[in-house]
Amino acid sequence: MAEIRNFTLNFGPQHPAAHGVLRLILEMDGEMIVRADPHIGLLHRGTEKLAETKHYVQSLPYMDRLDYVSMMCNEHAYVMAAEKLLQLEVPIRAQYIRVMFDEITRILNHLLWIGAHALDVGAMTMFIYAFREREDLMDCYEAVSGARLHAAYYRPGGVYRDLPDTMPRFEGESKWHSADEIQALNGNRDGSLLDFIEDFTNRFPGYVDEYETLLTDNRIWKQRLVDVGVMSPERALQMGLTGPMLRGSGIEWDLRKKQPYEVYDRLDFDIPVGTNGDSYDRYLVRMEEMRQSNRIIKQCIEWLRHNPGPVMAENHKVTPPSRLQMKEDMEALIHHFKLASEGFMVPEGEAYAAVEHPKGEFGIYFLSDGANKPYRMKIRAPGFAHLAAMDEMVRGHMLADVVTVIGTQDIVFGEIDR
Amino acid sequence: MSDYYRQLETRLQERFGSQLSATHVEISELTAELPREHLLSVCEALRDEPEFAFEQLIDLCGVDYSEYGNGSWSGPRFAVVYHLLSVRNNHRIRLRCFCDDELPVVPSVINIWNSVNWFEREAFDLFGILFEGHPDLRRILTDYGFIGHPFRKDFPISGHVEMRYDPETRRVIYQPVSIEPRDMVPRVIRDDHRYHDLSAQEEQ
Repeated sequence: MAEIRNFTLNFGPQHPAAHGVLRLILEMDGEMIVRADPHIGLLHRGTEKLAETKHYVQSLPYMDRLDYVSMMCNEHAYVMAAEKLLQLEVPIRAQYIRVMFDEITRILNHLLWIGAHALDVGAMTMFIYAFREREDLMDCYEAVSGARLHAAYYRPGGVYRDLPDTMPRFEGESKWHSADEIQALNGNRDGSLLDFIEDFTNRFPGYVDEYETLLTDNRIWKQRLVDVGVMSPERALQMGLTGPMLRGSGIEWDLRKKQPYEVYDRLDFDIPVGTNGDSYDRYLVRMEEMRQSNRIIKQCIEWLRHNPGPVMAENHKVTPPSRLQMKEDMEALIHHFKLASEGFMVPEGEAYAAVEHPKGEFGIYFLSDGANKPYRMKIRAPGFAHLAAMDEMVRGHMLADVVTVIGTQDIVFGEIDR
Repeated sequence: MSDYYRQLETRLQERFGSQLSATHVEISELTAELPREHLLSVCEALRDEPEFAFEQLIDLCGVDYSEYGNGSWSGPRFAVVYHLLSVRNNHRIRLRCFCDDELPVVPSVINIWNSVNWFEREAFDLFGILFEGHPDLRRILTDYGFIGHPFRKDFPISGHVEMRYDPETRRVIYQPVSIEPRDMVPRVIRDDHRYHDLSAQEEQ
């Protein structure tokens, strides 16, 4: 009888199901995986080293480019760590705006995740549906910061500017769109940004129902997800899993509840928890998280409507003064010049700030020696720990399940490779 | 929060005593420094004893102190910083372990927290810190065949080599970098009264 040996299979780095540039070396026994060795670093840009050469505000836009589907949450961890070192108080309105945009970002991230995950597993329609809703949310990004993806909206001390009173509108008749169509597209853009978001939050639960109709009881979806990539609670803790990956294994842990930052302790929301720790449970957890995010956004809109106020700390050693002040006040001009030419000094010390990022615990560790640039910055990316657990999760599964596991881990290479 | 961490600091000192070389609480964060001989025993106790119960290793990173404070640093050059999290007790701790300048070696905590595998590979790749007992200490983030440890302070931001396609030899070649280093915003440490007043102004 012929001897049967294991063989090695190269998966990626350019593969549509690899969600970017993942190279997997799979040791296979027939179609069963014996060992998976992910090779990462193909998108390594040295963000941490670059941050050491730039002052604090200059490296903020790099944060958008880490996890490029949940931009503002990355910025949030960054500004929180800087504020912690500076002992800076953030105005309450800015905190609400940040929380609202964190949750918008969470929905953005989960929509991309469900679209890509379902597409990998074989459900084409989800991708189109999810991107339909992402379009509206990216319009919110655009309205508030001018950029649809890489917002650079948060600043140490608050947010760059207050919410706008108008929404960008569709313009101009063309051979693709008649005047009536354009008017219909502008239907929910007559009011302020808050009106637009409120209109979205009213529609969104219906959309999530649509997704669930397509997937939750779908026989193929369940066959592909149930009992794939099971993590027991003990192993999940050992492997450093956080966020939905940990909650899917039945551990009720959410930084928004357990170590509340900004105004999360004033908001009412629930934490969904799985029971079996398989891919299907993580799917259910993330779907419920979208509904809960929607709830949080509604509460933020309600508060923001009734409470105008500053959105940036008044401490001009750190935050730039207004344009008007600069024209009239010599000291304001000097502050601006110093901030633009060398930034602000940060007291000597170290700080670690973590947020509940859509993917898990995203943390920034600053080590400052009192200069205007961080001495060392470390980015704690949730995906890095998740991908390290990949080997354990795919062992004994079929080749096709690797794709499911990559999907369920919600891998984005911007943050893993940094 | 600070009070809680001060109590935890006291408990930590009572339990470990001279095994820790320093502890302090700053901005509601507890930091403990320890020599590498005691690293494994302290870490194991921190994970297993119910009053600490740090089940999760959240992060590990290397630090190169050689240019700290514009060269005023006199301690050891390399350190490994661990961030631990207890899900049961809802608290965090930061551990710092300094290592020798010439051959930075630290025992690997991989048998205590399995999640440290890739984090230690990363610190090895970027700083050249060796982790004794790590089963698979390969480079992780840099390119195949990369030379040097890029996050050390003596490694220039532009690197040493650049890569391009050479039409003559018809292959991709490495050559010394052609860009000149530039620094748009100089690194400064100002020690004037403006920054001392910062906290006093806040209080008013």
